Amino acid sequence: MVVIVEVMPKEGILDPQGVAVRNALHQLQYAEVQQVKVGKRIILELDTNDPVAAKSRAEEMAETLLANENVETFRVILPEEVSA
Amino acid sequence: MKWGVLVFPGTNRDYDAYDVFARILGHDTRYIWHRERDLDGLDAIMLPGGFSYGDYLRCGAIARFSPVMEELIRFANSGRTVFGVCNGFQVLTESGLLPGTLLRNRSLRFINEDWPLRVERTDTRFTHLCSEGQVMTVPIAHNEGNYFLGGDDLKRLEDRNGVLFRYCSPQGEVNDASNPNGSVNNIAGVINEAGNVLGMMPHPENRTDPLIGGTDGLVLFESMVAELSQA
Repeated sequence: MVVIVEVMPKEGILDPQGVAVRNALHQLQYAEVQQVKVGKRIILELDTNDPVAAKSRAEEMAETLLANENVETFRVILPEEVSA
Repeated sequence: MKWGVLVFPGTNRDYDAYDVFARILGHDTRYIWHRERDLDGLDAIMLPGGFSYGDYLRCGAIARFSPVMEELIRFANSGRTVFGVCNGFQVLTESGLLPGTLLRNRSLRFINEDWPLRVERTDTRFTHLCSEGQVMTVPIAHNEGNYFLGGDDLKRLEDRNGVLFRYCSPQGEVNDASNPNGSVNNIAGVINEAGNVLGMMPHPENRTDPLIGGTDGLVLFESMVAELSQA
């Protein structure tokens, strides 16, 4: 099954990518854009069908390697939870 | 004394480091491939710059789990000298041997320039031959050199005098105008509590020969040698 690890810059941490994208959008006349955050989505395909186990393993992977909690936050979601 | 230069896939400043130890200092030096586990007989290990694992995920994040790293952490914990420059510094922060994280430069640009650094301490094995407040100019060449450490952790680092180098003006002033990349408190290099692990973004190894721009960086290597030959 597939689990998704979403990694975002922590609140309050300078996100120069987000600032650059916001500036570019302003230049394109999208004046309503207040803030942009750029993160990443890591899609893992695991050889299990147990969503609880899959999420708990993915969380462990995020803590160990996928995210740096000094400057990033992460959440683990299933594909059907994406809109949440 | 015997030096090791750690090489990951994507490391590209390994020869610069090797050249300082082998040719300029005339010491026994060997490369350590990241799959090796045997660090016996080495006195000091340098982690050079580059783009280990293509900087995928985060700079240094994947290199940190290379087979050699377990041994390197043991080597560091035994009190022997570990010196990371640029990508090597990023690997040391990812591995937890040094605090902080190197974020993207605030300008979003790769910076390749000579930059003055102020030496903040002269009581370490890396800087004991420096003079108090010495300013050395060495190259910086990075895209992710923006040192970040949050609130309490930053205070702890400053309180224990863990900052060894700060970006400064040629006159030694530390302020926003002399900060190339947005690093908190102009931090360019930090040392661990035990004083045997140093990480820095600038490249002192590239200022060790008068033929290629000067010798401002040599004093670091001479300090390490002097300390080790006393021991």
